[in-house]
Amino acid sequence: MAEKMTGAEMVIQALADQGVEHIFGYPGGAALPIYDAMFQQDVVQHILVRHEQGATHMAEGYARSTGKPGVVLVTSGPGATNAVTGLTDALLDSIPLICITAQVPTTLIGSDAFQECDTVGITRSCTKHNYLVKSVQDLPRILHEAFLIATTGRPGPVVVDIPKDVQFAVGEYYRPEIESLRHQSYRPQVDGDLKAIEAAVDLMLKAERPVFYTGGGVINSGPEASENLRELAELTGFPVTSTLMGLGSFPASNPQWLGMLGMHGTYEANLAMHDCDVMINIGARFDDRITGRIDAFSPNSRKIHVDIDPSSINKVVQVHVPIVGDCNRVLEEMIRIWRSKTNQPRTEAIAPWWAEIAKWRAVGSLNFKNSDTVIKPQWAIQRLYEATKKQSKEVYITTEVGQHQMWAAQHFHFDKPNHWMTSGGLGTMGYGLPAAVGVQVAHPDALVIDIAGEASVQMTMQEMSTAVQYRLPIKIFILNNERMGMVRQWQDLLHGSRYAHSYSESLPDFVKLAEAYGGKGIRCENPAELDAAIAEMLDYDGPVLFDVIVEKDENCLPMIPSGKPHNEIILPDTANLGSIIDEKGRQLV
Amino acid sequence: MNAHLQPTGSAYFLTQETQQTERHTLSVLVDNEPGILARVVGLFSARGYNIESLTVSETEHGRRLSRITVVVVATPKVLVQIKLQLERLVPVHRVHDLTAEGNYVERELALIKVQGTGEHRAETLRLAEAFRAHIIDATVESFVFEVTGKPDKIDSFIALMSPLGLVEVVRTGLAAIGRGPVGM
Repeated sequence: MAEKMTGAEMVIQALADQGVEHIFGYPGGAALPIYDAMFQQDVVQHILVRHEQGATHMAEGYARSTGKPGVVLVTSGPGATNAVTGLTDALLDSIPLICITAQVPTTLIGSDAFQECDTVGITRSCTKHNYLVKSVQDLPRILHEAFLIATTGRPGPVVVDIPKDVQFAVGEYYRPEIESLRHQSYRPQVDGDLKAIEAAVDLMLKAERPVFYTGGGVINSGPEASENLRELAELTGFPVTSTLMGLGSFPASNPQWLGMLGMHGTYEANLAMHDCDVMINIGARFDDRITGRIDAFSPNSRKIHVDIDPSSINKVVQVHVPIVGDCNRVLEEMIRIWRSKTNQPRTEAIAPWWAEIAKWRAVGSLNFKNSDTVIKPQWAIQRLYEATKKQSKEVYITTEVGQHQMWAAQHFHFDKPNHWMTSGGLGTMGYGLPAAVGVQVAHPDALVIDIAGEASVQMTMQEMSTAVQYRLPIKIFILNNERMGMVRQWQDLLHGSRYAHSYSESLPDFVKLAEAYGGKGIRCENPAELDAAIAEMLDYDGPVLFDVIVEKDENCLPMIPSGKPHNEIILPDTANLGSIIDEKGRQLV
Repeated sequence: MNAHLQPTGSAYFLTQETQQTERHTLSVLVDNEPGILARVVGLFSARGYNIESLTVSETEHGRRLSRITVVVVATPKVLVQIKLQLERLVPVHRVHDLTAEGNYVERELALIKVQGTGEHRAETLRLAEAFRAHIIDATVESFVFEVTGKPDKIDSFIALMSPLGLVEVVRTGLAAIGRGPVGM
């Protein structure tokens, strides 16, 4: 069923065949043939961004909120280099992206041509795989293979670099069979080893202090994985905690939910991890923000680790039962095997454990002292959460990176997967605003809110213009403390409160800035007026920059400081941060 | 000490490496496609693994497959990671840790230029014969030897040539293959 067409037309045809409806991009000299082909069709809608980094984060938000791959189209040279941050972000958070980069004609490659860069060289270490297409004959196979690689196994970004002469060249387009397509060497393992799963269930059946530690892998595995996690939790009666990337896979309203774990996780989640006897890690990777000191990490537990990427297993923490496979399939098997052995949750056996957890919960590690005179950032998020609960629309939250991100993770609660988009692994300031644009493109009728900080949001503020152009009514909820709050907190903790460049000076007037872009601006600094101002933001049918002036020096707590195990977490009533870390902790490099 | 100069804390938690390092020979079967060597080498540098020796060449032209033999020095835990990280690369088919699997042979080839006259020249020839080194170039005052064997055999030949007028050495790096009838 081959059909003659140009390389540029093949790009559009392959996107259409893959069911792509939206792509995020920015044109340039080398990409013009593809843009010309796009102009002459209406299957794939192009969203014009203001900076290529914005395009990559939009595609990430789009992908994370839909489960479909996000697609980016950029030109050669600076177009490609600007996309590198978003590609790296997608690699660390396992987000499926296809990034098509234009390249100078093959005859000019290596000549330091105008807008030439070694795109495949630069992106080799920040993609799951990448291609330089040297002949139009290879293009159909490579385009479809890129989608396969991006979306299967552990998802990730794939770059396809297409020289301009290949875009012009005419060749035969075909849609390859999936089996012939597959790189013979690329065979992700999706079914877990049955013996290992049985061993895991046996451990779970004997557990007295168990905990489920779940991560982004559950979300990547699809909505059925979240359903199965809920079912397994109900069957077993075990407590569940989750990483930053896994929020929403287990409902925050469920009594078995312990809250997020890790550096800024709850007291109960971290102590449950520290004191458990069986840890069931589903789709998380023992990131250093989770483990703290490895030698003091959950010292007395038997650990089960389910991960689709074999290299994640035993990379950081040695586990007793490794299971390589797709989270959903392994969860299904665990449920089946559990059911075949018992029809009772281990309610009685783990009652003492739940009693212990109840004591930790009673500590109230997310508490904070509220104020009548100044808006506390945690309270602002709680008010936002309460207001959005009353909305009939689906609510999606994106964040930037820093204190506001952690407060959002602690105080905004998620009951569904794919509704929380944040930069976890790379920690990319400037992620949230464009990610919100991408989410809103995918879900035009939803309420999409970027919980932001005034420092992060300025890194990709230009995408406000994209939101206005495409009438995307995103809400940007800026917790403005005139500080890079997390940097300031670390400087208090570790650097004698010497605030080297961690304050925001010469801030723009965000209300005027919003208006300059053609959106709406709102400012609020009085706690008494916050609810009304949030209502005003939610009622406005268009993009809003909401500047919430908050307490300047609030610390994000609880916190596990450097050099400390989980059970030495700093709680909110701690007065003097500067004296907490001892000399030994300070010397950790 | 001035407070401003004191060592400070960090966002990271580091633990001391307590395992001993080992030298292992890995055999990596890959698709022979542009950039594959850069992918493998880039992985080693990006993740801080040490390469002692690396050889690569196409071995099955029809299937466009290449074999990379790489000698690494790492702790047992890191060795497992190196294998798994290599297997993550899309064009990598299989990775065998030959040292861990145990039953394999390894050879290296070296070209060695030695200059000398008189008694030195005669001694050079006697030693070359003992090491079964072939003369592949000769002038009245020099030889180029080709010597194959395990790396330590080549090391000792070079050490012997050193006082006799060693000029320069080129080594291919290690090639290794499993014993017995089965391929990798």
